[in-house]
Amino acid sequence: MAALDVGIDAAIGTPVRGRRIGLVTWMAAGWLVLIIAAAVFADLLPLDSPTDMDMLGRRLPPGAEHWLGTDGLGRDMLSRIVFGARVSLTVGLVSAFIGLSIGGAIGLLAGYFGGRFESLAMAGIDVLLAFPPLVLVLAITACLGLSLFNLTATIGFLSIPPFARVARAATSSVARRDFVTAARALGATHTRILLRELLPNVLLPLVAFFLLAVAVTIVVEGALGLLGLGVPPPQPSWGGMIGEGRDSLEIAPWLAFIPAGAMFLTVLSFNFVGDRLRALTDPRPGAL
Amino acid sequence: MSGFVIGRLLHLVPVLLAVTVLTFLMAALLPGDLAVVMLGDQATPDKVAALRHDMGLDQPIWWQYLHWLAGVAQGDLGRSFRTGETVIGAVAGRLPVSLELMLMAEACGLAIGVPLAIVCAVRPGGAFDRLMTGSAFGMLSVPVYLWAIILIYLFAVRLRVLPATGWVPFAEDPVGNVRSFVLPALALALGEWPVLMRVLRSDMITTLQEDYIAMAKAKGLKPSRILLVHALKPSSLTLVTVSAINIGRLIGGALVVETIFALPGIGRLLVGAIYARDFVILQGVVLFAAAGFVLINFAVDILYAMLDPRIRHGRA
Repeated sequence: MAALDVGIDAAIGTPVRGRRIGLVTWMAAGWLVLIIAAAVFADLLPLDSPTDMDMLGRRLPPGAEHWLGTDGLGRDMLSRIVFGARVSLTVGLVSAFIGLSIGGAIGLLAGYFGGRFESLAMAGIDVLLAFPPLVLVLAITACLGLSLFNLTATIGFLSIPPFARVARAATSSVARRDFVTAARALGATHTRILLRELLPNVLLPLVAFFLLAVAVTIVVEGALGLLGLGVPPPQPSWGGMIGEGRDSLEIAPWLAFIPAGAMFLTVLSFNFVGDRLRALTDPRPGAL
Repeated sequence: MSGFVIGRLLHLVPVLLAVTVLTFLMAALLPGDLAVVMLGDQATPDKVAALRHDMGLDQPIWWQYLHWLAGVAQGDLGRSFRTGETVIGAVAGRLPVSLELMLMAEACGLAIGVPLAIVCAVRPGGAFDRLMTGSAFGMLSVPVYLWAIILIYLFAVRLRVLPATGWVPFAEDPVGNVRSFVLPALALALGEWPVLMRVLRSDMITTLQEDYIAMAKAKGLKPSRILLVHALKPSSLTLVTVSAINIGRLIGGALVVETIFALPGIGRLLVGAIYARDFVILQGVVLFAAAGFVLINFAVDILYAMLDPRIRHGRA
């Protein structure tokens, strides 16, 4: 569970081979498009309300009326999955984007300028990485109070260090190359070198890392929801639904397994697409 | 070597200090007045002011920090204002449970991951290797709490062979104690082995291409001896580091798993402190977990340098 420590996984070889975009990658991308579209257009879809209770229709198995059944309070599961996707994807995409933009900028500057700025930035990052990630997320959100905004901001803040590390490593590997020296000899400003010469070279690995970070963030958000420390009820979230479903595993196991399946497919798809992108941008043959 | 250790130590002190600052600020900058939280909404302003004075909350924040740090240095992290238990006592009481869980999980993870990695590395790209690397990739996308739910459903609800909850102290009932740890440790291990397998597999593949392995083969040594004696040890350097880096991940996983399986460990203490808004315990546990994590990483750095001379001479 890995709050925000995707670095290790990203560094390890992958089972995917060949440079073609395979069927599985298309399926993963297709699932992501489907779930993101469902989350964005949830209000327009012909869904039941995710919060309306029906005490006479509790824990109905999947069927014609309710495609994915109803939960312990008679709320439509399909609708709760779709509206829960909103929470997971908002937290996942927005907080990973915070990490990508701020962490990426810090890493880019540190890798390019080096020196005291680099030491200082990396020391700060070492401190943040000194905390077991999930412990820190839990503690901060508990102190700030539970809300979607606080959750996103906290996880976003904590995903800055890994992004900064990736960006710095990628930047320092190209910062001393000839084309950068050439640009400088031609009188290019620091800004121009950073944006026109270095950024295009580090952007792809960063985007690949972004997708892996989204997967990790969704897992973290789910853990908080499961512990009852995610978005406050009655707003549905996948983690919260898994937590509620756990109490009725004996009588209605699908209540836990449906949100679990949705989360697994989403996390797997983000991992898969991110991993493919990383392999495609890595020129070493062994990386594929 | 001693130069390397001193260098790491010099790095360790500021990191630990920064960790205490951050932990302190986290609880000190809480919205709301701790004294009001403790006394309840009905308290008179006089009482609140008196308690604030007693607790030093009316002092400037840097003074509060130094005062708190002095306490920490003497092993006094305060006591819960709900139960009166000291933080040290609460942590010490629950630490063995978390350690037992994490050790069992790591052992299970290695027991699954290491043999699979060795078999995969013998024929990289073969059918078995492709199957295992593929499943490892898929399994990395299953959060530990999903494993926990799946295991509870299979073994506690369906087969009814193992308990989902019901921890007993080891001294009272050793068998029951171990039984209560099987599912939670397995849930953690199922999240752990793919990571371990992937690093060991790729290092093993590299090692098996070395000349001295060809030499050993030419000498006619048994393949099992080559794999387990000649190739495993030099390939396990990254495995050691990754297992250590993973402790952070394991602590996070243990936190959720302890809550799901109702094991009275550190994670449950932390989550319980959050539910009860017991910020003294919360602060203490976060500090303890972070300091422990930093020290473990320090120990691993040293261990790694002892294993690999290139690191301590700064050449890797």
